[in-house]
Amino acid sequence: MYSSNPTYRLLIALVLAVVLMALDQRSKWVEPLRYGVGYLTAPVHYLAHLPVDSARWLGRLSETRSNLMESRERLERQVLILEQKVQRLAVLQAENVRLRELLNSSANLDASVLVAEIIGVDPDPNRQELVINKGGQDDVLQGQAVLESQGLIGQVVEAGPLSARVLLITDASHAMSVQVNRNGVRAILAGTGQGSRLRLLYVPDTADIKEGDLLVSTGLGQLYPRGYPVARVSRVSHQSGAAFADIEARPTARLDRVSHVLLVQSMEPVSIPDVASESPADPPTAEELPDDE
Amino acid sequence: MMNNERPAGTGVILVTFVVAALLEVVPLNQTLDWVRPEWMLLVLLYWVLSLPHRIGVLWGFLVGLYLDVLVGATLGQWALSYAFGAYFMLAAYKRMRVFPLLQQSAVVFLLVGSANLIAYLVQESVGRTLYPPYTILYSAAASAVLWRPLCTALRWTQHRFLVR
Repeated sequence: MYSSNPTYRLLIALVLAVVLMALDQRSKWVEPLRYGVGYLTAPVHYLAHLPVDSARWLGRLSETRSNLMESRERLERQVLILEQKVQRLAVLQAENVRLRELLNSSANLDASVLVAEIIGVDPDPNRQELVINKGGQDDVLQGQAVLESQGLIGQVVEAGPLSARVLLITDASHAMSVQVNRNGVRAILAGTGQGSRLRLLYVPDTADIKEGDLLVSTGLGQLYPRGYPVARVSRVSHQSGAAFADIEARPTARLDRVSHVLLVQSMEPVSIPDVASESPADPPTAEELPDDE
Repeated sequence: MMNNERPAGTGVILVTFVVAALLEVVPLNQTLDWVRPEWMLLVLLYWVLSLPHRIGVLWGFLVGLYLDVLVGATLGQWALSYAFGAYFMLAAYKRMRVFPLLQQSAVVFLLVGSANLIAYLVQESVGRTLYPPYTILYSAAASAVLWRPLCTALRWTQHRFLVR
């Protein structure tokens, strides 16, 4: 009755979809398509975030004077404390550079940061991703690290024109290289996809990792900048017979409560310092660990 | 439905899809995320049911592709799933129109469930699934429950804005 048979159309759609999936998985050829459609999808995310925005605006309107003064005082105190810490930081930084020169390794450079607001959360329970309100037009790049004031949150996996998607460190497909701040023991920190639980992989039973240890990024994957807090060890259990210790950690960042995040453009030319020479078998990138490893 | 009339109201159809897209990403808490209905698929099924001469597999494919970018899925995942959804509805729309309410919802449950299954298989093949496949049935059930009210709302829209 209708001009063309829907079965043929379905076949064409099937072929097209399979080609798209293969290209999307294996190459970067369909990225322009995703980028282009991004102009149409970002407004939907912005619109969906509008109620939150307007509620915040109303809250700001109805703020009382005493409340504002109180928070101003609190912030002033905080600034004072932070300024005092920064004073020491300048001295420490200079000392650090001198010591690194002695070791013939490159100095840590400051990274440039960009503030973004979270405007969406992935509706799929299988994945832990966020949408932020900065995209390619604000020079957001794929692979940039995303931080919060308390620690690392994740990385940009897709930079659209007006928004970007951030893969959280708690996602089941995410893994990164970390080290214990106390003694420098390195390990791979993987997400579990369940709430804010993280797991340390392939840690020998005898490794010196205790509950409460702070895990910081090592920068070895060349994606995350070095030395940012990532997680705190929450549980260590040794099972006799198991090859590796079973270690769980919790992110230091408040993943479920933040509204603003920092995007870091790492400017450090990663020259893996001192400790690297002893471990040529170190995994080249631990950031995106395939499942079968 | 008179097929010889000139089609009209494409803009209205697009607006209904945008509203459905909003409902797809509006933040809910984690428990409610499990029963989030497939809004865009429901809207697509309604338009296929009422305008089968206009809205079909191609629309399904394009709407699905839009959803792929919106939720950051593998390109083609929802496009394929929605193309199948539209195809099944095209095959069933004549019977569907004479079905009673409960039976219509049952068909919608099957359609959404099978479309979800296709999307799940794609997601599984790229290794981004965590929960077992039966979890897709929650949103299919929610979609079946919401089918009737959504139908009423969309029918009103269709008559109010003379979409044909």
